[in-house]
Amino acid sequence: MSNLIIRDLVKAYGNTEVLHAINLEVKAGEFVVFVGPSGCGKSTTLRLVAGLEEVTSGEIEIAGRVVNNLEPKDRNIAMVFQNYAIYPHMTVRKNIGFGLRAAKMPRAEKDKRIEDIADILGMSDLLSRKPSQLSGGQRQRVAIGRAMVRDPAVFLFDEPLSNLDAQLRTQMRLEIKKLHQRVGATIVFVTHDQVEAMTMADRIVIMKDGHIQQIGTPSEVYHTPANAFVAGFIGSPAMNMLAGEVSNGRVTLEGGGTIDIPDLPNGRHPIHLGVRPDDLHPVEGPGLIEGPVTLQEPLGHETLIYVGGTQGEIIAKADGRLPPPVGTHVALGATAENVHLFDPETGVSLR
Amino acid sequence: MTASHDIRATSSGLFANTAARRKANMGQFIRWLVLMVLGIAMVMPIVYMISTSLKWPHEIYDVSLIPQEPHLENYTYVLEDGRFYGWFLNSLVIAVITTVSNVIFDSLVGYTLCKFRFPGRYIVFIAILSTLMIPTEMLVIPWYLMSQSFGWLDTHWGIMFPGLMTAFGTFLMKQFFETVPDDFIEAARIDGLNELQIWWTVAMPLVRPALAALAIFVFLGNWTAFIWPLIVTNSWDMYTLPVGLSTFADEADVAWELVMTGAAISTIPTLVVFLIFQRFIIRGVVMAGLKG
Repeated sequence: MSNLIIRDLVKAYGNTEVLHAINLEVKAGEFVVFVGPSGCGKSTTLRLVAGLEEVTSGEIEIAGRVVNNLEPKDRNIAMVFQNYAIYPHMTVRKNIGFGLRAAKMPRAEKDKRIEDIADILGMSDLLSRKPSQLSGGQRQRVAIGRAMVRDPAVFLFDEPLSNLDAQLRTQMRLEIKKLHQRVGATIVFVTHDQVEAMTMADRIVIMKDGHIQQIGTPSEVYHTPANAFVAGFIGSPAMNMLAGEVSNGRVTLEGGGTIDIPDLPNGRHPIHLGVRPDDLHPVEGPGLIEGPVTLQEPLGHETLIYVGGTQGEIIAKADGRLPPPVGTHVALGATAENVHLFDPETGVSLR
Repeated sequence: MTASHDIRATSSGLFANTAARRKANMGQFIRWLVLMVLGIAMVMPIVYMISTSLKWPHEIYDVSLIPQEPHLENYTYVLEDGRFYGWFLNSLVIAVITTVSNVIFDSLVGYTLCKFRFPGRYIVFIAILSTLMIPTEMLVIPWYLMSQSFGWLDTHWGIMFPGLMTAFGTFLMKQFFETVPDDFIEAARIDGLNELQIWWTVAMPLVRPALAALAIFVFLGNWTAFIWPLIVTNSWDMYTLPVGLSTFADEADVAWELVMTGAAISTIPTLVVFLIFQRFIIRGVVMAGLKG
């Protein structure tokens, strides 16, 4: 069963269309992450689902009901905001219970629900505090609690971690994921951070300029990116892109390096070859690309090396203990199954 | 006190040589002098008011601040004159009602102008702002004609109606609502509140400092208003305090000691209002629910 279905969703401000026919189905209990650079339309999509913006055309269905013309409160959703948006003049208890105000429910039951949620979030002893007496992570937890208390069909998270510092962000990331496993809620989560997307999502939706670029599991979008944009956006450091030409099953790069790739279409045409730094290593003999090492970034068990070549700076991974020193000339190589080929015009993946 | 110590401590550290230090002390001295003169200039009228209220009629034109024979006869006279309580009550009723009205309606309009997008919003805002440029003196004639045709002359309503909402208050509240992040409002909308509830339970508590400031402004403004209450009222029992106090003057003479006594008593409610509301004027309340 699908908890959220988006059909041909279009949003336009005046004559400017910012979302172009978005289609997506989110299954019950699924954790879907929207990711993309700022201005790609991911937050707009979320706000349309929440009912905070009006749909220009298309349909949004939540828990089997088309909600286009429903008020946010009638859509059976809850949302967690980037700025937490917990009310500073109310205690934690009141903040969490705020979503139940409208619900007709005996007081004792409300209290029980609030306490259960506080227990899940480990905030039972903080219920009488005001937000100003809480840390950033605790505030975010209150915001999540306020969303949970309503037991909605879909949870919407709008970049909830981007205001936290790096350490807390990693911690909250884990907490939200554990919470999802425990409660089994349907979650739509928006972020611009691809690491967040990769680590949390069941499925990732990658967006750019109001178009969905790819929908897939973290492993799918990483290993078989649909196009050059996805390939460059997912993964850190980003995939190296090299211009070249394909002819008769062999790719020849502009620098002269070659690699044989099985099952290539016949004919001769230009191509972009993508290879992740993880898959590109110093090799003996002629490699894919050659050049001097310009910089080292030791990460401990391995070292990132920046190699200057005819096609700009390439990032590759070398041994952690004995990386090639800066200034030495290295050849970098990759295996055929680890390289990606893209159409230089459209960016579409060719294999 | 601590601040001045800190400044001195730094300046003595910075200016190790004596000449420079003397120069710095000189600057300090001038600063204090200016502040002192300004302070005295502000306090003097109040001191003079109290001093005059303690004098006998024959010494009121004597500039000495200390009455020759201080006494409380003036207070007894003013308080025993039955009219004073009526005026006091009129002023109190009018100031309280206008304050409540301004706090509610100015913020309602300010909130709407700030948080809703509707056609003509900007024009409405400019129209409201432009009324700030029209002085009261120009408005009293139309107000008077209006009051006359509606039968509001010489009534409480007649005194109050022009001040029940102000352009200034609307502008002030609109600007303050700009500081309330939309996230709060959207969160409340998702939590199932209607727009009026959002305004009242979410937005209003977040602008409490502004409301307190507005309440003080409006209360003081109406408490001390003179021209309009003077024009719209005819009978003794409808006078407000400032209008009533002015009647202590007749063609031949002004009983300054009585005017000052009334004025001294009438400052008490303004002090009370200030003391009640100033503690709400605490900055940064809004930010507590957001990223810290």
